[in-house]
Amino acid sequence: MRLYLVRKLITYSLTAIAAVTVDWIIPHAMPGDPIKTLLARFAIRSEGTYQSLYHTFARSFRTDLPLWKQYYYFWVSLFHGDLGLSIDQFPTTVTTIIGRAAPYTLGLLVPAIVLSFYVGNKLGAFAARRKTLDNTVLPISYLITATPYMWAAMLIAWLLAYKWSLFPGLYGYDVTLKQSWSWRFIISLLDHWFLPFFTLFLIGLGGWAIGMRNMIIFELESDYSHYLEALGAPQRLIRKYAFRNALLPQITGLALALGAVIGGALVTEIVFNYPGLGSVIFRAIQNKDYFLIQGVFLFIILGILVANFCVDIVYMIIDPRTRIGMQGGQA
Amino acid sequence: MTNPAKTPKKASRVTREAGKHHKPDFDPKSAAAIAEGSRKEGEALKPITVTPGMSSFREMVYFAFRNRKLVIGLSIVLFFLLLAIVGPYIAQHTPAEFSGPKNIAPTLKDGFYLGTTSNGQDIFAQFISGLRNAFEIGLLAGAIASGVAMLVGFVAGYRAGIVDEVLSMITNIVLCIPVFALLLVVAAFWQMKSILPEGFLVGIISWPWAARALRAQTFSLTAREFVSLARLSGERTFKIIFKEIAPNMSSYLFMMFILLFGGAILIAATLDFLGLGPGGTVTLGRMMNVAAIQNSAIYYGYWWWFVPPGLAIALIVGGAYFMNVGLDEVFNPRLREM
Repeated sequence: MRLYLVRKLITYSLTAIAAVTVDWIIPHAMPGDPIKTLLARFAIRSEGTYQSLYHTFARSFRTDLPLWKQYYYFWVSLFHGDLGLSIDQFPTTVTTIIGRAAPYTLGLLVPAIVLSFYVGNKLGAFAARRKTLDNTVLPISYLITATPYMWAAMLIAWLLAYKWSLFPGLYGYDVTLKQSWSWRFIISLLDHWFLPFFTLFLIGLGGWAIGMRNMIIFELESDYSHYLEALGAPQRLIRKYAFRNALLPQITGLALALGAVIGGALVTEIVFNYPGLGSVIFRAIQNKDYFLIQGVFLFIILGILVANFCVDIVYMIIDPRTRIGMQGGQA
Repeated sequence: MTNPAKTPKKASRVTREAGKHHKPDFDPKSAAAIAEGSRKEGEALKPITVTPGMSSFREMVYFAFRNRKLVIGLSIVLFFLLLAIVGPYIAQHTPAEFSGPKNIAPTLKDGFYLGTTSNGQDIFAQFISGLRNAFEIGLLAGAIASGVAMLVGFVAGYRAGIVDEVLSMITNIVLCIPVFALLLVVAAFWQMKSILPEGFLVGIISWPWAARALRAQTFSLTAREFVSLARLSGERTFKIIFKEIAPNMSSYLFMMFILLFGGAILIAATLDFLGLGPGGTVTLGRMMNVAAIQNSAIYYGYWWWFVPPGLAIALIVGGAYFMNVGLDEVFNPRLREM
């Protein structure tokens, strides 16, 4: 068990190091003087502003130091939680902006992932080996997984928000309300939360249904299922056992799917103009706010690593083989 | 009827497949299925029932055309491919030209088959351009990702030990970093000039899951007798990999390519939607960006502007995935059940 955890931890630490390094290398690997390239995009007229901005950038990038020292300081400031200042919203730190936006993104992601995982798996398990259901659920699921998140968000916004006016189609809350923990504000939050959440939930569903359907067919073919069948066990019991076994690879898949879902959440937020990380990153891209892009990138990767680690621990709890097999060293 | 020189090879292949097909589901009417059935009986080592004329290739073509999923998926993908190829001859305007009245719904008049944008540009012409770019990116990125995945997967699976450890570690690291986030940061700093670098970028990052799957496959194939035989006879590693192992996974490789192709189209569309794609050309993702974000097409209900690009992506990628399931059933008779 310890070996399993240590192995995972090494992989995740190396990943974190690789991610931070990539985050640091990319601006440095750009051809020419990165600061001049950055400043050229601002179209600054006055010479004085240019000079002072140049110095701000030079200090932040620490371009006056040798490369290894720059890299070292990048890590040092990272451990102090200092990701630099936003260029677009100038005196605000990147950490503050991320801290403000992250709850909205997490509030969409966590319920959407959990619910689509649950419903998708149940749906897939239910459809497997039931001819008519399988023939409808499978094609629809494939179409859903192939749907780009932003397009699904656009369709949902167009139909549910504008055409039928069921839900608001923009922003994270009613902007005319004061931000407080009053009931009216919370209801407005939920009202605005529903459509982006629903988009993420819907698109996530297909993949889980397909995965579970395939896994359960595989499990129903295995020896223990045939044995149970031979013993005269009811179909429901066999399916229950098959479902539990099929769930294991699905949980591994959960860790792998996180990246795609997060990407989906970002573009969905952009369509709904939801005040989460997606909108932050979109504005950052439009305004060439590089520190902010770097910061959000790091935040997402570290979040994924933490989530992966949680999934590993869950896996270890529900699959005794990881515990016993790794401990004794024999399978 | 058996050619003595060929017998050992054929026999080994048949045994191998017999081990794989626990429960072939066959149509008693077809000759192919009879051959299939004989393998099940365990007569595999006597290749007499396998008529040379019924090669595995013809058998596959036979099942391929009977497989509804494959036929439907392939038709959808081919339809859009055809549209991308002949589209420029049908379109009556160029994508950038301000050629008509603003915001008109699809009409046959003046060739605005999909209506016009808020600048009076022909959406059909833009759509065709986007389709072509989507296919190019999918093929390019799919090919690059398959290449890297094959290199890493084959070598890691074949040469166990430290090489495998290192390559697997690299694979796991790249797998943890979401493709999308990495591309985001790269593309944000590097303004792409055309779709070639975009395809390259998407391809070079999206290989890890495929490499991992290939590694597992190679691992199990390496333990087979015919590979040991090749190894004993002193073949060089790369020759064994490409002459002995790769041909036995050709179906698998093909399916992997299809999945990478579909995935690349989706990733590229997301990048384009964020405004990180190439500047000079119209892509499907960019069309959605311009429609939904820059011109509030959703709010005004200009559905003809944002519905076609996303629908095309969903259908092409969905068609490719569906094709993949069909191919899986064609290549792997155990799955031919529905």
